[in-house]
Amino acid sequence: MSEVLDKVVEIVCNQLSVNKDDVTSDSSFVEDLGADSLDTVELVMAFEEEFGLEIPDDEAENITTIKSAVDWIQNNS
Amino acid sequence: MVNKKVIVTGGNRGIGKGIVLSLLEHGYEVLATCRNASNFDFSHENLSVANLDISDDASIEAFSVSVEEFEPNILINNAGITKDNLFLRMSEDDWNEVINTNLNGVFKITKLVVKGMLKRRWGRIINISSISGSMGNPGQTNYSASKAGVDAFTRSLAKELGSRNITVNSIAPGFIETDMTQGILAQEILDKIPLKRAGKVEDVASLVNFLSSEESNYITGQTLVVDGGLFMK
Repeated sequence: MSEVLDKVVEIVCNQLSVNKDDVTSDSSFVEDLGADSLDTVELVMAFEEEFGLEIPDDEAENITTIKSAVDWIQNNS
Repeated sequence: MVNKKVIVTGGNRGIGKGIVLSLLEHGYEVLATCRNASNFDFSHENLSVANLDISDDASIEAFSVSVEEFEPNILINNAGITKDNLFLRMSEDDWNEVINTNLNGVFKITKLVVKGMLKRRWGRIINISSISGSMGNPGQTNYSASKAGVDAFTRSLAKELGSRNITVNSIAPGFIETDMTQGILAQEILDKIPLKRAGKVEDVASLVNFLSSEESNYITGQTLVVDGGLFMK
């Protein structure tokens, strides 16, 4: 559990240039962490690469928070 | 060299061939395509060639493997066709074929390269359009619509990707001496061109070189016209 969470947080921090201390599991990429729409697409690309998954576009749209990303990855790996 | 890996579609003849030769001369590594790669009548140590029919999904799928291996940071969407006819005589097939190749093909091939460019935070997409797309040309309702579409695609994509240091521009050639224009370069057309001559493929290739380079860093979303002054807005 925490391994996926740590990795997701690391990817998000890198992509959005935010500090780990400002990120919680409920953080929304757009509303809390300042992501633009292209950032959210790039985040999904980064998750796919890191975890060796393919996230369908219609499901990717629902991955908007740290928690939703972690949940999706855990349910599909 | 960094940032020097280019894909050129339709690179075996006409403007595409001129672009490929010019890029090779300037030290780029080029992956050039055409429908039948055995049609390339030239070679170079930095040139690789691939089969690609941009109107055919299976062909694009096969080509995508080469793209992933090549990791291009520059794409020249050059491949295109004409099926000219007066509107009243134009068949729906001729319309669809030109739109599918010239416009849908650009969409599909661009899809193959953008992810890699995003990751590397650098990219150049250069679409070869036509002045026909902005000034209109009798007998080319299909072609001019496809090229106007490419110009509009260029502007929207430039706005989407600008923040990632990827520029997207199109080049609109006028009358350039190639197989495609052979037979239509009448004197009456040349008389209307302020520079009084048809263009050469090198005239287009030199702009492609500039847009591919770091020199053009601050230019994006534009349609640059290379037509000897024929069409002035």
